Amino acid sequence: MNTILTIKNLRVEGRPPGGAYVPIVRDVSLSVKKGEVLALIGESGSGKSTISLTAMGFARPGCRIAKGEVWLNGRDIMQIPPAERHALRGDEVSYVAQSAAASFNPALRIGRQVIEAPLWHGRADASSLTQQAKTLYRKLDLPNPDTIGDRFPHQVSGGQLQRLMAAMAMSCSPDLLILDEPTTALDVTTQVEVLKAFKGIIHDQGTAAIYVTHDLAVVAQVADRILVLKNGEIVEEGATEQILHEPQHDYTKTLMAAVRPAPHLLPQPAPAAETPPPVLSARNVTAAYGAVTILHDVSVDVPKGSVVGVIGESGSGKSTLARVIAGLTPLKKGTVTLEGQTLPHNVKDRGRQTLQDCQIVFQMADTALNPRQRIRDILGRPLEFYKGLKGQKRSERIAELLELVDLPPSFASRYPGELSGGQKQRVNLARALAAEPKVILCDEVTSALDTVVAAGVIELLKSLRDRLGISYIFISHDLSTIADFADQIVVMQEGRVVDQGPAEQVFRPPYHPYTKLLLTSVPKMRQGWLEEVQAGRDATPSHLVQG
Amino acid sequence: MYKIILWRLGQGLLTLFLASVIIFAATEILPGDVAEAILGQSRTEEALATLREEMGLNRPALVRYLDWLNGLLTGDLGTSLATKRPVADMIESRLWNTVRLALLAAAISVPLSLSLGLWAAMRAGGRIDKTLAVSTLALIAVPEFFIGLVLMKLFAVELKWLSATANTRPYYDFWDNFRALALPVATLSFAVLAHMMRMTRSSVINIFTSPYLEMAALKGLPKRHLVLRHALPNALSPILTVIALNLSYMVSGVIIVETVFGVPGLTRLLIDGVTLRDIPLIQACAMIFGSVYILLNLLADVLSIMSNPRLRYPK
Repeated sequence: MNTILTIKNLRVEGRPPGGAYVPIVRDVSLSVKKGEVLALIGESGSGKSTISLTAMGFARPGCRIAKGEVWLNGRDIMQIPPAERHALRGDEVSYVAQSAAASFNPALRIGRQVIEAPLWHGRADASSLTQQAKTLYRKLDLPNPDTIGDRFPHQVSGGQLQRLMAAMAMSCSPDLLILDEPTTALDVTTQVEVLKAFKGIIHDQGTAAIYVTHDLAVVAQVADRILVLKNGEIVEEGATEQILHEPQHDYTKTLMAAVRPAPHLLPQPAPAAETPPPVLSARNVTAAYGAVTILHDVSVDVPKGSVVGVIGESGSGKSTLARVIAGLTPLKKGTVTLEGQTLPHNVKDRGRQTLQDCQIVFQMADTALNPRQRIRDILGRPLEFYKGLKGQKRSERIAELLELVDLPPSFASRYPGELSGGQKQRVNLARALAAEPKVILCDEVTSALDTVVAAGVIELLKSLRDRLGISYIFISHDLSTIADFADQIVVMQEGRVVDQGPAEQVFRPPYHPYTKLLLTSVPKMRQGWLEEVQAGRDATPSHLVQG
Repeated sequence: MYKIILWRLGQGLLTLFLASVIIFAATEILPGDVAEAILGQSRTEEALATLREEMGLNRPALVRYLDWLNGLLTGDLGTSLATKRPVADMIESRLWNTVRLALLAAAISVPLSLSLGLWAAMRAGGRIDKTLAVSTLALIAVPEFFIGLVLMKLFAVELKWLSATANTRPYYDFWDNFRALALPVATLSFAVLAHMMRMTRSSVINIFTSPYLEMAALKGLPKRHLVLRHALPNALSPILTVIALNLSYMVSGVIIVETVFGVPGLTRLLIDGVTLRDIPLIQACAMIFGSVYILLNLLADVLSIMSNPRLRYPK
């Protein structure tokens, strides 16, 4: 029996709270063979996660599998009693979620959670399962494989936790593994390790896998076949090679076009233009949470109308820098000046004009927008507060703002929950624009978005810069976006600025060693890249330092 | 973690100390003093002065407070004005009645509310959940003296199954004790049950929406397992706090229940003390109730600190 999973004519319906069921996945059929990795790609809302979960006969609360057959190991699991269907989860199929940090129970030890599924399904007793888990930890290159299982999730790093989740999924030796954006939340440097671990373990155990992602470069490394989805329907299906290099469907072509050029390929530096005077500058900033110093002596200048990209791994202090500039985190030493004026350290002591001039846009539009307020109220508040706009004028300005971020004016009466991720991020941005600021601090604003949507947001930011002369501090771990968008680049590592300068200089040889490490970790759209970078690192780890 | 717990214990001690200051100050503010209370109507200026001199009431308030505090710490609660017996003896004879009532009510209401809350959480939105929600809301809304009276009318007066007074005798056997205590314990339990149950339910349901619960569900674990092993440990902290609040609320609930059912307990002693202006007795009783309140909350805080692995095992 070679085919592990076959899904036929799947239809999944979802229901907004209090609403009627509407289809979110229509007429999807697919199959996965033993040892094969099928990638599902598409924008958010394309139904990729939903489809991947139906392979376990599972639909999230508010959704239902309305129609279709799900054949797993030769039987249609939609036809068996729910209790039996539930019993094969964690036994024949297992699941790796996007965020390991959120998917591990914080109150239980890791080891117990790793072996929980096979233990419950009666595969073996706890001690032999623990031994097997330790073997898995070794395979996944986890540190201290003998004791890491005794730790709690908060005691290990994000990348380790992601690999531990792979161990958790593999502990029951499933026939089918579902990986739902398993590396999206990771830094590029960690992503390489985790990708390698996933690929190795799938290969070793001959498991069939469904790999859900929006990152095409990642797909190129792991997938055998690709299924392109849009609005819950299959757009195109084919071998990885074909989809990546000879896409047939227009939508697939759009997806490929939205992939940014690899950051190395930056053009020659343009003739050095006069750098305009800085509109915002942070000088020798040191900041700490309690006794832990997060930023050490960081200095950043933002010239008027330009984009300063801040890159670095998570924990490097990028977000803290934005928070210090915004006055949300107090600084210990140093100064922040806006148009030559030194700003009070605490946002509470800043004048209304200062607040208006320097706006911050957070990464998660989901949590930054009040779910109980209509878009009209979300945008209207800064208009009233900073501009004193009321009534008709306020409504007109809200319509203008929505238009500015390419949203229809009718969205004013909607709630954030009725918008897609990209639309929410646009509203998030429109709220910052409502204040007509001089500087916008963008903290990973495109990180939670799909390539195509993120590209749209970047285009929007560019056009706002050109039309309104807004300056940005653009924090991101996505080097391709930074290379494309930023004029100046600041590279941060462990709270210090390790490299800084015009984009053309930072992203062209000679590289700073750390910048180079980051750059070489960005997956390429070329199959086999993962093996190359791994081989390169294993053979001559010093080649990165040579510059 | 030990640092946080020590810090919290320190806060508890400070609160206890402040409570003693407030209790002493409150009895100090009352019009008249102990001497006046003793002499009553027959007092003369000379007699008052002599008595005050005798009892040391002429000393500054601070000295008297320190004297009292010292007594508290060494177990000397003073002498009752009404009975001339040591307050400690009077309390000792009554304490067990109250403690027994509170312990029985706690022993019934805490496990019952936890299991009902978990049951409701497992069937959230179902018929059982809704029935429990309505009935517990009704119980919260009705004051306990009314519940007590209704229960008494029903089970003691009409059905004659149980006793309307909770006076137990040393020669009582188990069933006699049960008949005597069932109604006050039930009344007291009803008063605190609803709140704890609802908190358990909502804390657990809150955690149901978290990704790690979905993850656990996708391992094919049964619902029971999800609730008890995955959701409950994370819901402990808010649940513990509400349990402590309710148990300490029981301290005041006991006053009403003891009055309704005629239990010769601590609160009756306190009420008698207030009527007779027996100030040492009032101070001692108030101090006991205050300490129970503070200790219960302290205990809940310490337990919820200990139930948090982030604090138990720092990075």
